[in-house]
Amino acid sequence: MAIKNYILVCGGTACESIKSDAIYQNLLEEAAAQGVAQDVQIVKTGCFGFCEKGPIVKVLPDENFYVQVNPGDAREIIAENIIKGRVVQRLAYKEEGKKEAAADEIGFYQKQYRIVLRNCGLIDPENIEEYIARDGYLALEKALFEMNPDTIIEELKTARLRGRGGAGFPVWMKWKTTREAESDTRYIICNADEGDPGAYMDRSTLEGDPHSILEAMTIAGYTVGAHLGIIYIRAEYPLAIKRLETAMAQAKSMGLLGQDILGSGFDFDIEIRLGAGAFVCGEETALIASVEGKRGMPTPKPPFPAVAGLWGKPTVINNVETWANIPVILTKGGEWFSSIGTADSSGTKVFALTGKINNSGLVEVPMGITLREIVFDIGGGIKDSKQFKAVQTGGPSGGVITSEFLDTPIDFGSLIAVGSMMGSGGMIVMDEDDCIVDVAKFYMEFCVDESCGKCSPCRIGTKKLHGILDKVTKGKGTLADLESMQKIGTAMKKAALCGLGQTAPNPILSTMKYFEKEYLEHINLGTCRAGKCKELVQYLINPEKCTGCTICARKCPSQCIAGTKKKPHVIDQALCIKCGDCLSNCKFGAISTY
Amino acid sequence: MPANIEVKINGNAVQVGRDSTILEAARLANINIPTLCAHPDLTPWAACGLCVVKVEGSPKQVRACATTVVAGQNYITHDPELQETRRTVLELILSNHPSECLKCARNTTCELQQLAADFGIREVPFTYNVKRLPVDDSTPSIILDPSKCVSCGRCALVCQQLQGVWALEFLNRGDDTRIAPAGGVLLNESPCIKCGQCSAHCPVGAIYEKDETAKLLAAIRDENLHVVVQIAPSVRAALGEMFDLPAGTLVTRKIYAALRKLGCDTVFDTNFSADLTIMEEGSELVARLSKGTGVLPQITSCCPAWTDYMEKYYSDMIPHFSTAKSPMMMQGAITKTYYAEQINKKAEEIYSVAIMPCTAKKYEITRSDDMCASGCQDVDLVLTTRELGRLIKSMGIDFVSLDEESADSPIGKYSGAATIFGNTGGVMEAAVRTAYKLVTGEELANVQVDAVRGMDGVRTGSVDFKGTEIKVAVAHGMVNVGSIMDEVRAARDKGEEPPYHFIEVMACRGGCIAGGGQPYNTDDAVRAKRIAAIYTDDEISEVRCSHQNPEIIEIYEKFLEKPLSDRAHKLLHTKYQPRPLYVK
Repeated sequence: MAIKNYILVCGGTACESIKSDAIYQNLLEEAAAQGVAQDVQIVKTGCFGFCEKGPIVKVLPDENFYVQVNPGDAREIIAENIIKGRVVQRLAYKEEGKKEAAADEIGFYQKQYRIVLRNCGLIDPENIEEYIARDGYLALEKALFEMNPDTIIEELKTARLRGRGGAGFPVWMKWKTTREAESDTRYIICNADEGDPGAYMDRSTLEGDPHSILEAMTIAGYTVGAHLGIIYIRAEYPLAIKRLETAMAQAKSMGLLGQDILGSGFDFDIEIRLGAGAFVCGEETALIASVEGKRGMPTPKPPFPAVAGLWGKPTVINNVETWANIPVILTKGGEWFSSIGTADSSGTKVFALTGKINNSGLVEVPMGITLREIVFDIGGGIKDSKQFKAVQTGGPSGGVITSEFLDTPIDFGSLIAVGSMMGSGGMIVMDEDDCIVDVAKFYMEFCVDESCGKCSPCRIGTKKLHGILDKVTKGKGTLADLESMQKIGTAMKKAALCGLGQTAPNPILSTMKYFEKEYLEHINLGTCRAGKCKELVQYLINPEKCTGCTICARKCPSQCIAGTKKKPHVIDQALCIKCGDCLSNCKFGAISTY
Repeated sequence: MPANIEVKINGNAVQVGRDSTILEAARLANINIPTLCAHPDLTPWAACGLCVVKVEGSPKQVRACATTVVAGQNYITHDPELQETRRTVLELILSNHPSECLKCARNTTCELQQLAADFGIREVPFTYNVKRLPVDDSTPSIILDPSKCVSCGRCALVCQQLQGVWALEFLNRGDDTRIAPAGGVLLNESPCIKCGQCSAHCPVGAIYEKDETAKLLAAIRDENLHVVVQIAPSVRAALGEMFDLPAGTLVTRKIYAALRKLGCDTVFDTNFSADLTIMEEGSELVARLSKGTGVLPQITSCCPAWTDYMEKYYSDMIPHFSTAKSPMMMQGAITKTYYAEQINKKAEEIYSVAIMPCTAKKYEITRSDDMCASGCQDVDLVLTTRELGRLIKSMGIDFVSLDEESADSPIGKYSGAATIFGNTGGVMEAAVRTAYKLVTGEELANVQVDAVRGMDGVRTGSVDFKGTEIKVAVAHGMVNVGSIMDEVRAARDKGEEPPYHFIEVMACRGGCIAGGGQPYNTDDAVRAKRIAAIYTDDEISEVRCSHQNPEIIEIYEKFLEKPLSDRAHKLLHTKYQPRPLYVK
């Protein structure tokens, strides 16, 4: 009996949290119950990326793409799609105003180019054979038997691969420095301490394609002469950790990891170290300190880890996304990789697209694509047809990009030129309802929490900046406060010890630059145009529109609305807690905010 | 020696060692880059952010304290832009620091205060946010006031890197960062050995010695008390710095005069008891060597911080520890017995004061019942060098122009061997001088024992006792003791010959001359000058060996009978006990 259909069920963390495992189990049971267990192979894969519409179930070869599937839908998917060969219309994804689309026609995927996520949503990450079937471990074999350390580094140089953790340092240079540094021992580290708010590129890659990371690290070990690799991963990523452990055990049992890999005589082992979730441990020197069992605090560079890293030994440290590129570069060649992207940055970049956008999710795009394409073509535009305001890239280290720069091609250099940065791949879209001061405050609050406390510019500066922003959002800011923020921010950029502190003022400096008017409105007029800053919002009842229906007075939790039936009501501003219940309950549009 | 390279500081060429930092290069070029966290004793921590400089041709600013120079490179250390950055960082630090200079332990010696003065800070443009955290005064030695802490890390680094104690650690993160014992326990519940190096390295008044000068004044005022004071060997080589005398100025006789001016009734010298210690400890060593009483190696016990450390970290070494008390405690016991008898006073009528380079000495005076050999507390009060310096100033004494005076008899004279107790290797050298006589019956021809001198953290060597090789080891800086103890332990566990016969340990780098209670701004250059002064004091001494000190000979004749006699044991020896690292 041949397999006629494949059903792929998303097994990423996001979909698992909304019962995709139950869908998977139910599909297995239904297939058995309906007698087609032999005809269909049901696979739990990694993330499809289209998280907005999860849980996702995809049926091959028909490319039927089911979204927001419930465990109870399993019976129908088997009965209709597998047995009768018909699309389950009510589950099929439909773009606005269009009929259902096959998976390969969905707008969300049209402009994507998947290198890093090549296997995510396609293979069972817990099955090494599926990885091997997709050319997995071919690059390792090639590295060990057809290439040598010099040619591998040369290939990476040709590929022009830059580190995807944020700074964009050329990978070949890191490897070469490590290889050439004088030492008896060297180490490889995978930085899986993904920490930007809203970012989950690395988690999804590890969950969906763990072997690609193991393979890449082993190649690096062979190249620089290291025999131990460490994956430093947040303890909050249990599924990724589990899949890594499974993958490591499988790779070892097949001679792809451990002693005498593929009979080459090369030994390489990988260990997992769990991080406690400190953002600063994504900074490589702090990460190394943490691996060594010390408090996660950065140390000055130089010396760079490539010269003196883990236990003082030369260490290659790259992040998950960077590693995921390596095997493909070796199998398809540096030339091929270099042909993708721009002169500044080759290859692709994975972004976690979130915020006020229709298609939030994980996207992988070729470098050079414009922000407009990501936001409007892939992302499907702004939710509820609201006005686009800005997009934040680079997380708490980056800046806002306004509509005038929407046609900026995405690469390392261009984003810096417009006052933001690539960062590790967080991309948060804001609309007219977002207050820019509030956004800056959100990022600064994050930095206050995540500052390790070692250097005074960051430890004190973040706290002061947050305090000032808090004043501004409460209508108590002054023009001198804007000067202070500029002054502190500038000093932090120059005098903070590590990347966290040096870039922490970026969201403020960038929003002050592009949205100065909004800051001034908060300060001079005491207003927040987005209505986000509660202290600045007043709910007022328009007596001409108010019919005296009393609904607002009855809904008001602080009982601050007075008035008699059929007469206009009035809000006592002193008692109002700005919950907005009156506004949302008024059927006559009589209440508005100022 | 790595060859020198040439770099430029603000365009001016300067020759520096290949491994120098920009900060060190600038200092060689007589350029002062402001810092709050950098300290010559410590590896760069790079926390304060004040020492940022420009590297010509690079857009980034780097930390001068932590960046190694590159040959030929020009570094810009001062310009208006750098000044602005530094000023803002300084203002940020000040905005989190209490403006209570007038009642701070570091008033006029505070490095932050000096920077604020240099930068002409008149107001801080940012919101004040001073966290009021509980003051930890749980130890008798030092007070930790976290509200004043600038998180520069020096105290934690010195506690961890130089002392290997790990009593201090960074707690919490970000704005909540503070430095305290791990787990937030109090210092006296932590592994703290009270050495006070934290207080000597803190740039501000966040951790400081417990000031007890008022107790001395009260005792002087009390007509019923006879105040007897002793001064430790190393104080004489350091106190002058507090009166702007160059480091390494010997001020022994001015200290005697100052103490009398303060109103102390009798002025003795701890050096007398250093000689006494040598008699007891040396005889103990000879007993261990010849009669097989007790195990070898014998380890010195005069440093209370080391004793505390041993009881916490190496309590299996207790049998190796010399039972001889420290010179200070011997002096106290003798003062309240031998001397008390001579002046017809009861022990309780004597108020016994010790001027020490050390904060741990404040702890030592009550560390066990043995510290009350006279029937009451043998030493009532310990003042550090810094406290004495302040007291002299506040009492209106013009220290520099004081006439030179002598210590009182009968326990005030000392040999050159005693005075070198003040620096690393000195106790060992003093012991060798006398042990040689005790073992061979002859005097050592050349009393200078070069094998044990120097500043290496661990020094080993051997001394020839007329055909018998005595193997010795010296360690200073608590972190350096581990390797020697491990060696001893390994040999003992394997049943092998002990690697050494005698080991000297001092907790602080350089020995007591750089103790935790000594004047501020101690670094290796200052250490070298103080040590040179101590050796000079030895060289100019009429008597170079403890057993030749006439007052020592006299006390054994009149009172103690002989070393290790019953009375000597009762008054001059003590016991040790294992102690937990954490009390809770």
